[in-house]
Amino acid sequence: MPEPTIVHPDGMGYIPHAAGFVANEGPKLVSGRFPYEDSYTLECALATGAYTGLRAALGRTPADVHTEVRDATLLGRGGAGFPAGVKWGFCPEDVWPRYLVVNGDESEPGTYKDRLLMERDPHQLIEGCLIACYALGLSQCFLYVRGEMALAQERLAVALNDAYEAGYVGRNICDTDFSVDITLHWGAGAYIVGEETALIESLEGNRGMPRLKPPYFPAAIGLYGRPTIVNNVETLANLPWILEHGAIAYRGYGSEASPGTRLFAVSGHVVRPGVYEVEQGVTTYRDLIYGPNFCRGIREGNELKAFIPGGASAPWFFEEQLDLSLEARDIGAAGSMLGSGAIVVMDHTTDVVKACLRIVRFFARESCGKCSPCREGTSWEEKILERILDGHGRPSDLDLLLDIGDNISPGPYPVAAHGAAGLDAVPFPPLQTTICPLGPSSVAPITSALRRFRSEFEARITRHEGIPVRSAPVVDGDPA
Amino acid sequence: MNDVGQSVEITVDGRTVLANPGELLIDACERTGTYIPRFCHHPRMRPVGMCRSCLVEVDTGRGPALQASCMLECSPGMQVDTESERTRKAQAGVLEFLLVNHPLDCPVCDKGGECPLQDQTMAFGPGESRFVEEKRHFEKPIPVNDNVFLDRERCILCDRCTRFADEVAGDALIHFQGRGSDTEVNTFPDEPFSSYFSGNTVQVCPVGALTAAPYRFKARPWDLEEVESTSVVDSVGSRIAVQSSRDCVLRFQGVDADAVNWGWLCDKERFIFEAYDHEDRLGTPLLRGDDGDLAPTGWGEALAAAAAALTDVDPDRIAVLGGARLTNESQYAWTKFAKGVLGTDHVDAQLGDGLPADFVLGLPRATIDEACTPGGIIVLLGPDPKEELGSLYLRLRHAVVHDGATLIELTPRATGLTPFADHSLRVRPGEAVDVVRAMFGEGGTAPIGGVTVEEAQAVGAIVSGAAVGQNRPVTVLLGRQSLAEAPGTVVDAALVLHDWIADVRFLSMLRRGNVHGALDLGLAPGLLPGRVGLDEGRPRFAAAWPTTPATKGRDALESLRAAADGEVDVLVLLGADVLTDVPDHDLARRGLEGAGTVIALDLFATPTVAAADVVLPATAPTETDGTVTNLEGRVSIVARKVTPPGTARPDWMIAVELARRLGADLGISSPDDVWAELSVVSPIHAHIDPEALAVQAREGILVSGGPALVRPAPLEVPSHDKNSYRLVVTRSMYDCGVLTAHSRSLAGLAPVTRLAFEPTDFAALGVAEGGRIEVRGPRGNIDVVVGPDSRVTKGTAHLLFNQRGVSAGDLIEATAAVIDLTVVPV
Ligand SMILES: Cc1cc2nc3c(=O)[nH]c(=O)nc-3n(C[C@H](O)[C@H](O)[C@H](O)COP(=O)(O)O)c2cc1C
Ligand code: SF4
Ligand code: SF4
Ligand code: FES
Repeated sequence: MPEPTIVHPDGMGYIPHAAGFVANEGPKLVSGRFPYEDSYTLECALATGAYTGLRAALGRTPADVHTEVRDATLLGRGGAGFPAGVKWGFCPEDVWPRYLVVNGDESEPGTYKDRLLMERDPHQLIEGCLIACYALGLSQCFLYVRGEMALAQERLAVALNDAYEAGYVGRNICDTDFSVDITLHWGAGAYIVGEETALIESLEGNRGMPRLKPPYFPAAIGLYGRPTIVNNVETLANLPWILEHGAIAYRGYGSEASPGTRLFAVSGHVVRPGVYEVEQGVTTYRDLIYGPNFCRGIREGNELKAFIPGGASAPWFFEEQLDLSLEARDIGAAGSMLGSGAIVVMDHTTDVVKACLRIVRFFARESCGKCSPCREGTSWEEKILERILDGHGRPSDLDLLLDIGDNISPGPYPVAAHGAAGLDAVPFPPLQTTICPLGPSSVAPITSALRRFRSEFEARITRHEGIPVRSAPVVDGDPA
Repeated sequence: MNDVGQSVEITVDGRTVLANPGELLIDACERTGTYIPRFCHHPRMRPVGMCRSCLVEVDTGRGPALQASCMLECSPGMQVDTESERTRKAQAGVLEFLLVNHPLDCPVCDKGGECPLQDQTMAFGPGESRFVEEKRHFEKPIPVNDNVFLDRERCILCDRCTRFADEVAGDALIHFQGRGSDTEVNTFPDEPFSSYFSGNTVQVCPVGALTAAPYRFKARPWDLEEVESTSVVDSVGSRIAVQSSRDCVLRFQGVDADAVNWGWLCDKERFIFEAYDHEDRLGTPLLRGDDGDLAPTGWGEALAAAAAALTDVDPDRIAVLGGARLTNESQYAWTKFAKGVLGTDHVDAQLGDGLPADFVLGLPRATIDEACTPGGIIVLLGPDPKEELGSLYLRLRHAVVHDGATLIELTPRATGLTPFADHSLRVRPGEAVDVVRAMFGEGGTAPIGGVTVEEAQAVGAIVSGAAVGQNRPVTVLLGRQSLAEAPGTVVDAALVLHDWIADVRFLSMLRRGNVHGALDLGLAPGLLPGRVGLDEGRPRFAAAWPTTPATKGRDALESLRAAADGEVDVLVLLGADVLTDVPDHDLARRGLEGAGTVIALDLFATPTVAAADVVLPATAPTETDGTVTNLEGRVSIVARKVTPPGTARPDWMIAVELARRLGADLGISSPDDVWAELSVVSPIHAHIDPEALAVQAREGILVSGGPALVRPAPLEVPSHDKNSYRLVVTRSMYDCGVLTAHSRSLAGLAPVTRLAFEPTDFAALGVAEGGRIEVRGPRGNIDVVVGPDSRVTKGTAHLLFNQRGVSAGDLIEATAAVIDLTVVPV
């Protein structure tokens, strides 16, 4: 076996061939292979320990493997943060066949960590799938990849073929009784298909629209009406490490409630945006945004205005929340969520009305159209914001925006505490009149921005004033 | 799901309400007097929870939360608040959202006045609009098929039409397209919403987004008058609402009769009223003058001419054909006139395209509900229900697709139900009885046509309960599979099924509107009203009627043969277009030519009517009071809504008048009188009278009981010559029949037929698709257009009956058990 070439010997900083990835100092549970230029090949993967976790799993009983994962408290990385080991236990006993579906539809604005996992280390994901299948005793896995991710699709396809050929996938894996087929499926470019029941509909060949809850988990009734486990790409990418090193070692990283590491995709007005592997519950937002090991502060020494702590659907955070550690429970209690692990930083030059519109427009365009509050409400919000920006706003529009929001998610919308104003946080998640959380997601930027920066909206409406647009371009890439 | 039988106690707005097990909250509330707004919810379709109008605050122990009440099954202890501030705000909020992009073109919308969006906005919506932006625009309206138009601006995307198309009709040709507020319902390019059931989407649409051509811009709902009636387009007897304005029928709507059509109609049932209102309707009697031409005349002269023709004629030289579309009351009057006054038994409502009447009446009968029992077994030994009995098809499809019924097909050609069948045995004409015998291990081991003995036996194991366990009721759907095959084949096969399957029941698929009423009321040879034979019934009728026939008379084909031989002096046709409807066209022609005086009662001047000597215009179902009997034996009301054209009269009245002129009093001066007489002469009708019918108007009243099973002599079928193709002739929903042809919406939908072969058979012919060949049959050689069709069985050739293209009636010879065609070499 030829030695893999590590192009970036110290493995730190921007990795040229892994665009968007920043190798920071710290434990590497899922991104360890990224610095190798040929990390996506079977040769490189095998030379760096791929499929060791699978072999370890195959040497134990499925129940044992399941217990190991449950003990590791591997929280789902797709958004809801539900422990994978517990979810796996929801499959009704003795109902066969059942399926594993891998959610690789990553499309939330600012989120691009699953793409890197698929592009840089497809074998790790395949190995994770196999371990999950083994633990669940199932033999068919579907890997759903977002339609636009051409490179990820290509690399996964090649990797899967190689893995079949090498005997890691297919019949009698590693000469055991264990057999699994993995089927690749490309999406057609709809954000909503990331929602697990819409993803299942799409896999079945239907229009991607969420199913009605209950059942709350497809574990009971999922793909083709069979028990189905849906897991995020990153969730499964953790499994090889856990099986190789054990739950106890895993729990050695991160916090009690959120062990292990997580990939965070930071974008916006920071000096060094990118995907970082971060220990959960240890690192704070301040560390991540300002730390020399991470994003190295706001560009041009600007002031922080606001940041989105976990994907475009998350209520915004501000200065006061910088010292919260990256840990799902605490973030939820503070009025937002870690969600898909996308952090968007806005500096003081940001025009919040525009920022708000940008996010609302995304949800309005991506609404699947199934339920009236989301279908009509999100585009109504978009139209009002456009009107305000066009200089045709009315003072009553602000309360109207909030009331439309209230008709999509009734009651107080989750927001962060505001020390200066003496306000407490309203914890996440919000109530909803809709079928799925997409509709309420459009309310997050509006409530967040209006509560904090109402005067900026009013300035737009009454004086047609906005934040002056910056002339200097945003510097992307490593200044070093 | 709760335990069956135990009701569930919940609290609604402080009141205790008992819900049925599994009942949805929205339904339980409505049943007990609390209406919750809704758009997507429809009692006959699965809940989708899409419109979100029905949100109410529900506390199931974890604090009050807004829940879609159309998705929520009642559970014990549930606390529901339909009036809380949060409920009200959510409901008003959803209505506001629905109106955001709605064009509010109510003044020019057909739905205005009967629009759930208007009504519920009044009751639950916000008082004013806060939306000042430009609304979404679409081209208005676009056709989705020949009859249905879609205005996407008005659509509120409730998924009712699309769900109906997919889930109920199985024609998933309209879909949601686009995303967000650009979402729209539409068809895919070049794939119109070709569905026999498309009109239902118009009826279930809660706004004016879907409209049907016949009603567009015709009336305002508040100007409509309505009566509930029964469809007589086919024998399903779907309940309908007949709506008219200014003495003109404008619309039929489906009515939800739980036992019958569940509110659905096929488009033929829905749009056929256009024919009743057609300007070509006969409005005056016609009499053939000395110049040989038919000329308008008065009723007095016409009736006098008819009576004169019937005076002093040997009853054996009188034949009465047709009557399957008459009401029960008219049928009784005509039976009494023909059999009790004239004394002839050469009476037949079927036209050689049905089954022997006494055989059908002797079989143990099933209702539609029994046939559709969840988990039951359905054996199709008859025509394609999708083509012939549309509403029944929807019930059967539901039973098989959603209720776990098992379908076995024994048909000569694939049907609309084939995709859902557990086993489809493709049975060639004449071989049904062999296949059925093989199912139960009788007969040899050689395959019968394409059916192997193993497969037949696998089916036998299912229907006899051996394979799937007992207690699954078996229903045989019985009817003519092909008009080019003598009825004896299915009769013989049905008898084998009857003898082998314990407790098997039969649902007749005879298709004409009130053909089952005709059988029950004696419009068939050898029968008297009340499902009794002549000899058995004579004692009862001797007292009520002047006379009764001495011996069993001829059926329709025999009468036509007798007429062709000059043995019929008077031929009475009760709405019978024999030239079109009798499968053997040559026989029909010769019969009509050979008959003496022909008296025709009809709605239209059909080709047959044109050959008659006395023509008496009759009333259409929307102009007649009375009842009909459906294929289950269910009697339900047909109601008069409009006045007939000209001086057209109900058929019973014509019988009464003719009898009077022959010196007999039928004792009938209104349809109700018939029930008074039936209660005396027909024990099976004794529980029915006009009052009882009025009380049970929606579901009707079942007639049961009948004569002992008769076993006609087995049919001899010649063996199949390998070089020939056995002809299969079936009907399609739309044909060139007089009613369809006079219904503007339907006339253009009739397909053109060609002689179709199974694709490999076709390839062997060596002709191009659409090319012509010459075939030899019992009626000589004929030149036909041919094509391949994968629904056709190997060794057979298929034609549609009564269509443009190839005339099937010219190939059929009524005396033949089967028709074998050979290709004439060029
Ligand atoms: C609107 C919406 C979009 C979502 N998009 C994604 C996505 O792109 N990728 C993903 O893994 N999960 C997404 N989810 C979450 C999934 O529904 C699901 O919770 C997740 O795939 C479960 O995997 P996990 O338990 O491993 O996190 C989305 C959820 C919603 C409501
Ligand atoms: S909330 Fe939006 S995305 Fe979710 S089901 Fe409703 S319309 Fe579709
Ligand atoms: S066309 Fe009518 S029935 Fe169809 S989705 Fe729109 S509103 Fe509903
Ligand atoms: S009626 Fe319940 S959601 Fe539409």
